[in-house]
Amino acid sequence: MSDAGKTPVAAEWPLFEVFIRSRAGLEHKHVGSLHAADARMAVEHARDVYTRRQEGVSIWVVRSADVIASDPEEADALFEPARDKVYRHPTFYVIPEEVKNL
Amino acid sequence: MSPAVATAARADRALNEALLRYVLRLGDTSLVLGQRLGEWVGHAPTLEEDLGLANLALDLIGQARLLLTYAGEIEGRERDEDALAYLRDAPEFFNLALAEQPNGDFGCTIVRQWLLDAWQLEIYAGLQESTDSRLAAIAAKALKETRYHYRFSSGWLVRLGDGTAESHERVQRAVDQLWRFTSELFAPDEVDERMASAGIAPSLSTAEVRWSAHMDEDLRAATLKRPAAQPYPWHGKRGVHTEHLGYVLAEMQHLQRTYPGARW
Repeated sequence: MSDAGKTPVAAEWPLFEVFIRSRAGLEHKHVGSLHAADARMAVEHARDVYTRRQEGVSIWVVRSADVIASDPEEADALFEPARDKVYRHPTFYVIPEEVKNL
Repeated sequence: MSPAVATAARADRALNEALLRYVLRLGDTSLVLGQRLGEWVGHAPTLEEDLGLANLALDLIGQARLLLTYAGEIEGRERDEDALAYLRDAPEFFNLALAEQPNGDFGCTIVRQWLLDAWQLEIYAGLQESTDSRLAAIAAKALKETRYHYRFSSGWLVRLGDGTAESHERVQRAVDQLWRFTSELFAPDEVDERMASAGIAPSLSTAEVRWSAHMDEDLRAATLKRPAAQPYPWHGKRGVHTEHLGYVLAEMQHLQRTYPGARW
């Protein structure tokens, strides 16, 4: 193509995150990301790239720029405090004999 | 054989020959278009478009396999899909001349695809009601694929037409260049008329009205101009092709012609 020397087209296209629902009733799961010029193209690209082998029945795409993410710098503050709170897991509790149907 | 039976047998034979020709036209159009799209693999503008075009190509080749297998059975000369695809010469191919036109730039490929997707959409929709149950079943499967193809190609048409000055100019040029091949899509000949009167194929005049409405709607959205209808000197569906088909077949058939019966 005659695009030599120019910025590759894909680099100018925004990035989209792709979520696929594999079967009715299941949740959409993040499967990857791709470049597309607009939302419609992003759905078509997701269909062509991520559902070629019957991986899905529904597609969501979200502009990566619209995803609000936690800051890795803050990981300690956000996640460390949960580490020593084992009582938050149900397996922490001994179920009394008398409880039959739990 | 009584004269009445002989007449009926002749009519059956004539209908069978027309059906064979009709199925080959459909199958060859899908095959040649699929082969053309395959030329993009490894060359498309982005990885995603590469996969997208390859997906269309595979759908089309899948349709061609079903249709050519059926054609081989109608013909009754023990030719299977491979024999029909790889061992016929250009004059024995009956695809629409539009399908064999070169890829050109990406816009040109999109325009060719859009014109033929919209055509297939109407033909397959009509064939779902065919009195020929085999064709009806093939059409039902192909129609789902074609709806996606049309979504893909019409989306790109609008994106390019209503895009930058350069993309607009290029895609308008492609529309202007390819439009002359569209007359053939809906010009009925004796095969089409026989198929329509037997309830096997949809009427081309009804299909043309709907196709034309799609064209106007998409061209408007893409800010493109519709060229005037032009008479056409090509009759791909009668086996009279542009010079391009020979090159498509040379590449597609090279292996089987060089090593007959080769398998892997």
